[in-house]
Amino acid sequence: METTYTIWQYLFTLPVHEIPWWAEVFRSILRVVIGLAFGLGLVPIYVWLERRMLGWVQGRLGPNRVGPEGLLQPIADVIKLFMKEDIIPTNVDRGLFLIAPIIALAPVIMSITVIPWNGSKSWGAVAPGLDIGILFLLGVASIEVYGVILAGWSSNNKYSLLGGLRASSQVISYELGMGLAIIAVLLMCGTLGLQDVVRGYDLRQPHEFVAGTVLNNGQGLINVLPLSGTGYTFYMLDWSSGFWDWNVFRMFPFGLIACVVYMISMIAETNRAPFDLPEAETELVAGFHTEYSGFRFGAFFMSEYANMAIVSTICVTLFFGGWLAPLGILNQVPISWIQALTQTPDSWVPWWANLINSLISALWIILKLFTLISMFILVRASYPRLRYDMLMRFGWKGLLPVALINLVLIAISLAVQHSFRDSLGTAGAWWVGQIIAWALMLAAMLVAFVSVRKSYASRQRDIASGEIPADSPIVRHPVALALPALTSTEK
Amino acid sequence: MPNFRDPSLSVMEPNVLSNSLLNSYIPVLVMGVAAIALAAALIGLNGILGPSRPNPQKLSPYECGVTPIGSARERFPIKFYLIAMLFIVFDIETVFMYPWAVTYIHSGGMMIFNLIEMLLFVGILFVGYYYVWKRGAFEWE
Repeated sequence: METTYTIWQYLFTLPVHEIPWWAEVFRSILRVVIGLAFGLGLVPIYVWLERRMLGWVQGRLGPNRVGPEGLLQPIADVIKLFMKEDIIPTNVDRGLFLIAPIIALAPVIMSITVIPWNGSKSWGAVAPGLDIGILFLLGVASIEVYGVILAGWSSNNKYSLLGGLRASSQVISYELGMGLAIIAVLLMCGTLGLQDVVRGYDLRQPHEFVAGTVLNNGQGLINVLPLSGTGYTFYMLDWSSGFWDWNVFRMFPFGLIACVVYMISMIAETNRAPFDLPEAETELVAGFHTEYSGFRFGAFFMSEYANMAIVSTICVTLFFGGWLAPLGILNQVPISWIQALTQTPDSWVPWWANLINSLISALWIILKLFTLISMFILVRASYPRLRYDMLMRFGWKGLLPVALINLVLIAISLAVQHSFRDSLGTAGAWWVGQIIAWALMLAAMLVAFVSVRKSYASRQRDIASGEIPADSPIVRHPVALALPALTSTEK
Repeated sequence: MPNFRDPSLSVMEPNVLSNSLLNSYIPVLVMGVAAIALAAALIGLNGILGPSRPNPQKLSPYECGVTPIGSARERFPIKFYLIAMLFIVFDIETVFMYPWAVTYIHSGGMMIFNLIEMLLFVGILFVGYYYVWKRGAFEWE
């Protein structure tokens, strides 16, 4: 069937499966611009918020001269960075030194690609059709480590080398806990697409609205042709769903445990206080970017803040319902209001109504994002920096087993629920599965408690028998000593 | 009305974009080009706008103002290497879990079998984990 369309129709109103590839390129460029504005345009605001909040916590003012309340300060800083000399020291490994900031910044920008800002399957993210969202995110985010370690090594500076090594081993250690926490969500939702993960929360919400043709209006953003096959989801406006459907509260407390593990890992992943050892100013000057100046330093700075925003957005998407409002009733403008306003029949809703609903979705995700960012800042203001051995021990001995056991318990609970669903119904099976999982969780906690008690008791015994002095620190053997014999390292 | 706690209902209608798989990867390509171009352009702009007045002191490695002693390419603790090796082992294990986790709630009658499979896998992993722990590989001194 040969039909001719106008450019407008190609770009905005055709159903997704009829769009030719060249129109998709233009549409992608539009979405990339939205995504970049969303991801990078907010970075100066985070910087401002952080400095003002730290000032508030520490009883001082923070930047308040440039612009209203100092809001333009980050912009002034960026302009200043552009005007600075880009120093390339003589003894650096020139090629790697020059390319490292780009390797650090580009993957962070790339990870904006899959972050959804509303439920539309064609305008809801930069790549809303990508159903491998989480895998893409993990793959791209791991590349950033290369930028850090290359910067540290190529600078040919002792501080940089130590900072780069610390940063990379910290990031890879906490990536494990993070990955396992994400797998817990995958287990509950059974999908890799980030939009589907969000929609997995509110199973009672998305459904055909009364005006079916309105739902299937092409791409959901602009209503010109009543075409079917694409989904901008209208939500039922009722009180029956809300924040209690989010993944944090799902399969209580396992969703919550996964969320806490993820949030701790994300602070460590972004090298923020209290896990900011790679950039410990007091001991390593600035860590891996000691030798960088001008906007090459700016690239590292920007990648850190953009990364902070992105891991927070992923946290919101995975655990806190993404673009959904905390109460189902706040998700969108009620369709009856729009119809009353436009005096039109059920089957037609103006494009601006869809646009307003998209903006409401964006508003919710930004609100949740800023809540998390404020948490980041308050954590930085409240906690002292960890020691490096504590950091590693916490990652490997704390988060990793907790996340792994959490995962196994979720799987067991799901399997039990599945086997009892026919005989007990969904709710009854849920309780049976959860009670079994809770019992196993208590057993695991008991085992952990007993083993800690035992090591404490053996130390007390040694002190009593005079084998070690009472005031001796808990000696932990280095690997070189521990390797020849398989002895307990606890005493 | 479906119960939201029923995990088998967690997946919504099939992805409407499945018949335009290639199209769904176009934004990734565009974003990749945009990301690299943006990062390079920002740094390039700095090269144009910023001054360039090098001198030997400015171009020497920064060691808090003191003349650098020795090479920066010193030996560093073997622990970092060990952590990298452990990471590879555990990360591969995590990667194995992804397909299992995604298909788990859709596996129907195979669910118990899948659970036992994964319990065996995690069990073997825990043996290794316990060994590494007792060997003191996670201690940092």
